Amino acid sequence: MPLYTLGAGQVAAGVKSREFSAEEYIQQLLERIEKVEPKVNAFVTINKGAIEHARTIDKKIRDGEQAGPLAGVAVSIKDNICTKGIRTTCASRMLESFVPPYDATVVTRLQDAGAIVIGKANLDEFAMGSTTEFSRYGTTRNPWDISRVPGGSSGGSAASVAAQECAASLGSDAGGSVRCPASFCSVVGMKPTYGLISRYGLVSYANSLEQVGPIGRTVSDVVSVLNAIAGADENDHTTVGGKPVYTLQERKGLRVGLVREFIEDTDPAVAKMILRAMDTLEGQGCKCKETSLESVAYALASYYTIATAEASSNLARYDNVRYGFDMSPEGYEWNSYFAKARSSFGEEAKRRIITGSYVLSSGYYGKYYLKAQQARSLLKDELKALFKSCDVLIGPTMPILPFKIGEKIDDPLKMYLVDIDTVIANLAGMPAISVPAGFVDGLPVGLQLMADEFQEQTILDAAYLFEQAANVRGSPEL
Amino acid sequence: MMEQKMGLEIHCQVTGTKSKLFCKCRCDYRGKAPNANTCPTCLGLPGTLPLLNQKAVEFAGMTSIALGCKVPDEIAFYRKNYFYPDLPKNFQLTQYNAYDITSIGVEGGLEYGDGKSVRIRRVQLEEDPGRLVYDGGNMETSVYALIDYNRAGVPLVEIVTEPDFVDPKEIRLFLDKITSIVEHLGLCGTKLEGSVRCDANVSVGGGKRVEIKNVGSFADVEKAVRYEITRQKTMTSRDLEVRSETRHWDDARKVTKESRTKEEEQDYRYFPEPDIPTVVLGSEFVSSAQRSMPELPDARKVRFVKHGLSAHVAQVLINNKELADFFESAIKFYSSPKEIANWIVTDLMSFVDERQKEQERSMFAGLKVGPEHIADLAKLVDQDTINRATAKQILGLIVRPGEMPSQVAHKTHAGKIDDVSELAQTIDSVFETEHAAVQDATLNPNAINFLLGKVMQATKGRADPKAALEMIQKKLKEV
Repeated sequence: MPLYTLGAGQVAAGVKSREFSAEEYIQQLLERIEKVEPKVNAFVTINKGAIEHARTIDKKIRDGEQAGPLAGVAVSIKDNICTKGIRTTCASRMLESFVPPYDATVVTRLQDAGAIVIGKANLDEFAMGSTTEFSRYGTTRNPWDISRVPGGSSGGSAASVAAQECAASLGSDAGGSVRCPASFCSVVGMKPTYGLISRYGLVSYANSLEQVGPIGRTVSDVVSVLNAIAGADENDHTTVGGKPVYTLQERKGLRVGLVREFIEDTDPAVAKMILRAMDTLEGQGCKCKETSLESVAYALASYYTIATAEASSNLARYDNVRYGFDMSPEGYEWNSYFAKARSSFGEEAKRRIITGSYVLSSGYYGKYYLKAQQARSLLKDELKALFKSCDVLIGPTMPILPFKIGEKIDDPLKMYLVDIDTVIANLAGMPAISVPAGFVDGLPVGLQLMADEFQEQTILDAAYLFEQAANVRGSPEL
Repeated sequence: MMEQKMGLEIHCQVTGTKSKLFCKCRCDYRGKAPNANTCPTCLGLPGTLPLLNQKAVEFAGMTSIALGCKVPDEIAFYRKNYFYPDLPKNFQLTQYNAYDITSIGVEGGLEYGDGKSVRIRRVQLEEDPGRLVYDGGNMETSVYALIDYNRAGVPLVEIVTEPDFVDPKEIRLFLDKITSIVEHLGLCGTKLEGSVRCDANVSVGGGKRVEIKNVGSFADVEKAVRYEITRQKTMTSRDLEVRSETRHWDDARKVTKESRTKEEEQDYRYFPEPDIPTVVLGSEFVSSAQRSMPELPDARKVRFVKHGLSAHVAQVLINNKELADFFESAIKFYSSPKEIANWIVTDLMSFVDERQKEQERSMFAGLKVGPEHIADLAKLVDQDTINRATAKQILGLIVRPGEMPSQVAHKTHAGKIDDVSELAQTIDSVFETEHAAVQDATLNPNAINFLLGKVMQATKGRADPKAALEMIQKKLKEV
């Protein structure tokens, strides 16, 4: 079996037992990448230093030093997470030549655990989108059907894992950006509790909503990556708690709630798959029931108000003064220079900057932004109440199957609607995971599981239970 | 009657804390190479997050308490969004007062001068932007501007008053008091260039409000306000409309002028900074801040009065922390508070070089006299070693070179003549030259004063008059 097919746990075990070297493994991956990238386009940048890094890990192992739980494991990093010395573009012209002088905390922690950054994964510009079509570096294609979108905005991350171009990936999830592509690409993707993972070095899109999240081909790989990156960071005041350790465990008797509203407006084929997933869980000894979450009605409006408000301010710094792209200031005064430089944002980024500026403008702040925050607390309260009688809530990650590239790109509202089931976890700050549930006509369907704040272990237990029972396996032919 | 109303907006850098408001870079950026005092966070690089400096929060809290403000249990930071090249993130992290949210201090009040008072609208904590350096000195005459972010992120405490001032003189008195308070708190080294800045707003006869920005020194605020009152009154008397606008103080011409760039009504799109969790100050914050607060000017004045100083002298001292500290160190060398205070307030002050004082922002700019010198001087006078007139002359001699008064007195033989034989010799020579007067004095005791005067003249006042008189009387009997 080729080395590139191995999961994170297998790679670390193989490298540490010197069954194969990290260098051999990375070499095979780079060949794999060369072969499939023309079809998938998951990467913006390949890390030229990956082989060199692999050699240092091999040397450590030869010298009998600790190489870490992820020794040699190749990880792709969404290109909105800073990597020291490797350019970080956010798939935008605005950061075309930005080479961060520092590593994001999650990158440092992964490397401390022995992982190797194989490359920077494609995304929608500044993580704004659900398809990875809004990238300056071209659309990423779904490895299961390259005429279709991989989901987004962490489309490059999920596609690179699905296409076996790396063992695992880090994405970021502000409204479903890890789970949506995980679902569309039939891999496992998790959005942890707000505050569990450091955002230091994650280029902000919607600060109060987003978290870095791991993507892997199995729940086990997601646990390994999560263990490496989770825990409080002195560089991010929004992180809390100590350093948790998650395990893979069989747990029986979980109370599972299927959220009726998640099923109602969903593609019937997807809904059917989710109902079957509930049966599977029941077969594993879970106590399942149907339940309701009424404030779902406010979720999308609340999400897009808060996210665009924050984004409009976060993206203000891209004025091409301190970093950016080549554009001579000759003949401009600063105001017109800013305007000219900032016209280089893509369509979706511009749309969200304008929307966000509007909802924050004087006279509208109370009407939109504060209302959105009220809806957010309402939703959180309702979820908190639900979690008194349920350990996990389930539903489809995406209400539809992966669609054709270009199908929704001209209709922003239709595009926003596909986030209906994922934004809830971000608004509530609660953890959620997408695990492969099966295929409809060869297209992946993801099951989403949500739990109360900091109940990552519960989610992982349920996801692992489902994964073992459902046995949705396989890799796409590329 | 065209009544005017004025309010102030004062910015003090929190130089009392070592690091910037949201990163570990130092506050002390002065004299550093441009952009050397920066890090990814204060440059606003993508992916960086603000880390709140708790010490700055404590300073802002103490300022609020000192200005009689209410301090809420929780505070939050807000983004003020606007584009300007000196703002690394194109928003400023500041505080906000709306929707039941307040900054760290609100609704305070301060007494100043003699029984005057002003309401304090708010005290807030925010970050300083970077600095634009124009190649031609200012925006109008420059082809390009350079940006130095060394200052970006230095904590600022902003103090906003209600428009309670009616006389420009009050502004100066108030600013003196504010300066003294922030100096006493250790919040701000007001002598550092650009560490305190002040904007003013002026409206005349209930008319439109005009803001004056860019006033470089506290001393000029009064001038700027006076100019603006005259301008507005003149316009009104000519039936010209006073527009609501922001004007800039032209330091060279000492006038306010229209802003070159049209400043539209800016919409700052305030919203809470998501990266800084709400800071819970709690009920203990105020009481513990009060406990750890240094002595404030008002309390210090009371203590000075207990030392025997007059209220006026005590006030002059505490108006300027530098003077008050000088006084306190001097009385440690020699404990004669009243004498020392008078020497500082009436005599030493006359040597202050006003221009150098403004430039170097120190009362003692160019002077080398220290507390030990004044203590020594007071001691010489108290112990009758020299008389007051001599002491004043000596002060004039030592104030710049910084010599000890007692040494100068010794060197110049300025001390009183203790040596009986030296005094006797002088009296002998006076008796020889003033023959007629001696004759008079033997008959008329009142004429003795003439002889004493001559002796004093001959000794340039160094003779002890009492001793001299006794010796003259004795000698007259011998005649």
